[in-house]
Amino acid sequence: MKPAPFEYVAARSLDEALAALADAGEGGKVLAGGQSLVPLLALRLARPDVLVDVNQVAGLDRVVVDDHRLVIGALARHRAVELDEQVRRAFPLVSAAAAKIGHVAIRNRGTVGGSVAHADPAAEWPALLLALDGEVEVASPRGRRVVSAGDLYAGYLTTTLEVDEVVCEVRATLPEGRTGTSFLELARREGDFAIVGVAAVLAIEGDEVRHCRLALSGVGSTPVRARGAEELLAGAAADDAAIAAAAREVVEEIDPPGDIHGSADYRRKVAGVLVRRALSAARDEIGRMVA
Amino acid sequence: MTEPGTANARAARRVPIESVRPHQFVGQRLRRKEDARLVSGKGRYLADLVVPGMRHAAVLRSPVPHGRIAAFDASEALALDGVDAVFTGRDLLGKVGPFVEGGRLEISPVFLDKVGPEVKPHAMPVLAAEDVHFVGQPVAVVVAASRYLAEDALELIRVDYEELPVVTDPEAALAPGAPVLHGHLGDNVAAHFVVESGDVDAELDRAPHVYRGRFEVGRQASNAMEPRGVLATSDDGTGDLTVWCTSARPHLVRTFLSEMLGIPLDRIRVISPDMGGSFGTGVFSEDFLIPFVARELGRPVRWVEDRSENLLVTRHGRDQVHLVEVGYDDDGRILALKDRFLVDAGAYNQYAITVSYNAAAHARNQFDIPAVRLEGLNVLTNKAPVAPVRGAGRPEVTFMMDRVVDIVAHETGIDPVECRRRNLVRPEQMPYHAGIPYRDGVDIVYDRADFPAQLSQLCDLVDYAAFRKEQAEARREGRRLGIGFSSYMEGSGFGPHEGAVVRVDTNGHVTVYTGANAHGQGLATTLAQVCADQLGVTPEDVTVRMGDTSFIPYGIGTFASRSAVTAGTATGVAAGLVREKALAIAAELLEVSSSDLELEEGTVRVRGTPSREVSLGDVARAAAPGPRSRLPAGMEPVLEAEHYYVPPSVTWSSGTHAAVVEVDEETGFVRVLRYLTVDDCGQMLNPTIVEGQVHGGVALGLGEALTEEVIYDATGQPLTGTYMDYLLPTTAETPPITVAHQVCPSEVNPFGIKGCGEGGAVGPPAAIANAIVDALRPLDVRISRVPIRPERLLELIEVAKAGSAHDGGVGALEDGGAGSRS
Repeated sequence: MKPAPFEYVAARSLDEALAALADAGEGGKVLAGGQSLVPLLALRLARPDVLVDVNQVAGLDRVVVDDHRLVIGALARHRAVELDEQVRRAFPLVSAAAAKIGHVAIRNRGTVGGSVAHADPAAEWPALLLALDGEVEVASPRGRRVVSAGDLYAGYLTTTLEVDEVVCEVRATLPEGRTGTSFLELARREGDFAIVGVAAVLAIEGDEVRHCRLALSGVGSTPVRARGAEELLAGAAADDAAIAAAAREVVEEIDPPGDIHGSADYRRKVAGVLVRRALSAARDEIGRMVA
Repeated sequence: MTEPGTANARAARRVPIESVRPHQFVGQRLRRKEDARLVSGKGRYLADLVVPGMRHAAVLRSPVPHGRIAAFDASEALALDGVDAVFTGRDLLGKVGPFVEGGRLEISPVFLDKVGPEVKPHAMPVLAAEDVHFVGQPVAVVVAASRYLAEDALELIRVDYEELPVVTDPEAALAPGAPVLHGHLGDNVAAHFVVESGDVDAELDRAPHVYRGRFEVGRQASNAMEPRGVLATSDDGTGDLTVWCTSARPHLVRTFLSEMLGIPLDRIRVISPDMGGSFGTGVFSEDFLIPFVARELGRPVRWVEDRSENLLVTRHGRDQVHLVEVGYDDDGRILALKDRFLVDAGAYNQYAITVSYNAAAHARNQFDIPAVRLEGLNVLTNKAPVAPVRGAGRPEVTFMMDRVVDIVAHETGIDPVECRRRNLVRPEQMPYHAGIPYRDGVDIVYDRADFPAQLSQLCDLVDYAAFRKEQAEARREGRRLGIGFSSYMEGSGFGPHEGAVVRVDTNGHVTVYTGANAHGQGLATTLAQVCADQLGVTPEDVTVRMGDTSFIPYGIGTFASRSAVTAGTATGVAAGLVREKALAIAAELLEVSSSDLELEEGTVRVRGTPSREVSLGDVARAAAPGPRSRLPAGMEPVLEAEHYYVPPSVTWSSGTHAAVVEVDEETGFVRVLRYLTVDDCGQMLNPTIVEGQVHGGVALGLGEALTEEVIYDATGQPLTGTYMDYLLPTTAETPPITVAHQVCPSEVNPFGIKGCGEGGAVGPPAAIANAIVDALRPLDVRISRVPIRPERLLELIEVAKAGSAHDGGVGALEDGGAGSRS
């Protein structure tokens, strides 16, 4: 379990990192917290020619809450987000999800940008970004651009980013008005990647669902938006029947993979259960706000 | 190698109880002497050891489960800078023979005579030269300047395999036409025995009801916290070999090395440094391979197993299928048990009948069953070899038996605790003859136990009546809580012997040397407690040293819940002999009769005249050789004694466990809320250490029950190669564990000790399975396989729900059971 040989560059600035990555071309890889990459290196499943360590790059770890908007620097550690009081108040969904990432030791080291870019379909951040209408700002020698979460994921452990692009910042928003959220995961052990995870955002006006965003982890080669269920709920009464119908719709619309922790059929079933529970919890959260 | 003089050892059995000094430190919750060092990072584990000029080895392992090596080309690897050598199986032919891991644990002639098992010998090559039989089998070794380089070189070796047909299921392996792993054996049956007591067929015929079922226990890996490792140096001039290895059995490793490399025993020193766990597994290819290459190259070589290798090959356990027929009556009394079971031994059955017969010996559990018939088969498949892993057959057979008791309770409509109680061996039946021999050939006799009292103690501890109320309330809130029980027997303190040397230095400090070897269980503390009491010093005065063949001529090692019993007794007897010697010398010094002397806290005093005293150091100085010696005439110098204890047979520990679980019936997820145990391991040396053993064992059993399984696909490829897929329970999954004790001292040894190393791991599969079944009542969900995966449990729940909707409760018979016969 020793990595194959690689060249190591400790970049001191973003420009240095971008230059090193541009030089490395297809063989380059960014090292941030290393919580996924280092095991892959040790198993020789990842074999980069050049590892560009960005941990010394300053200014990429801010966590800012601005009204309904959340801005997180790519190098912010999961633990910093989890424990941030402003995040906890304005984005309880994010705090809850961050707390489910691995274990404390992993969260102390792992970065938000790293997780977003690693594109594990069972991980928390990718699904969270989808549910929060998120986007990422990426930099390359050609300048900066913004990619929406919906356009970011191409397949298993694969993004649509170019090899010389680096995620700099992650941004998310909540809908305005009375909004409830819930993040649930089903994992064999605490800290494991989820068999199925659900991030639910529900905005209610009167007794009617004004807005719903539902994203799932573990049910495809990328994180999955449950658009059919979202549409079904939009404008519907926020009652048990509507929630149950949305959950049934999710079971129909997803096409999960199977592995030793759960077959495709099992994932479909429990995705329905989790969606129902997550939507109910989000609705109940709103109920408590009113009360 | 011959066993030590048994005349001396047998004397131990005759140590009269009255000559044993009363316990003062034994039984106390002393803090572990080793912990300050271990928890402050000052332990010395194998990977901490560095020898000047040391090179690093990496092992090439077969990627195919069954094949013939057609071509081998290491030229590119050898061309890599920093690579010293590559050795293949062919390079070892004629130089390092094949081995049988458990080969030194010979089956006793008495056992052969009584049981007559069929055991077909087949040794495992250190490196495969022709055929490979499982994924992970060692094929070649690279020695290089660093482990990194060695692994780079592994990738450059080209091996062509002619792939052969694969069989991964023991039942398929028995079918006609199945691929045969080792042609000379004729088929895939590596061992077979039948053992019985009473007339099972007659009892089954007579029984008002017969239950037929099938139980399976998945394959579990041993997962010591520290992976294995070996470091070997060979002296250029003398050829003497020094080997450090993570083995709980350094003497056994030395014996194998002597035979396999042709070096006299006393020119080999095997040292086991601090160890992070062992699980009782034995010797491995690398234990011989690394010393061999170190000698060939004339340089020290170190190999440290990585976690991938560990999960692949470092002794899996369990993997059994039990097919049972049980006769019972309307009162829930079990009248007959017939169990035909298969142990999936993997590609090499390295331990003859150790696991399978251990299962048979423990099948009866705590129950008084008039007739039993047990048939065990060790079956070969293209998977990694199975070894006795902590529990070694007991968790498997206990899962079967305790599920059976639960099923009988359900079928007869009797409360599961009451049904259990009705079947227990009663105190007035003690000593209870189980009707079959243990695997040492001695007939099994349960000594001093009170099973009904044990069960009552546990029911009080768990507050059974209160739980039933809590359960009913929870159900009204839609939560499904359940309680389950399991009881077990634990034959412990297996022989053939263990020794101790107790020596007092001229400052009065005492050192105990033993062939048992701690790998985390606190022997440095418990043996010091025994020694202190029997010698008349305090535990602080005693240092326990082990894990080095230069300390003591013979040693067996630590496994099979044996060291407290065997090394504990040897230490106690040797310490008593030292005390007698010290008193005799002190009598000379003080010019009184030794019967007038007492030895307490390291000082010898004349009874009634406390001012007349000598210290143990004074006595040791008087015992030193030379002109100042004050030894009584004819006495040999040195204040020391050596004793080998040869147990007549095992001691019988026991325990009863209860699990409280909550089941999510929509997802099949199970959470263990509470776990409670009552154990009887006789006279406890240190209750805190016993409880540590129980806690660790329960965690292992929890994994066995719910999450841990080595999974192979049908083509023989392992699917659980990392900790993302092989799921060890963590502290987050481990519930609060309440441990209580029942103390029925053993009559087998003078100190009343019974073993406790494995019991914790034995109860959880059955207790948790029974609790899940209980939580889901009135649905009739019959769990007959562990680990209980959420997906499988959800299927069982759905089938049970469909069944109860359609025909009023046939339920989900995972076991394919025929239910009762009227």
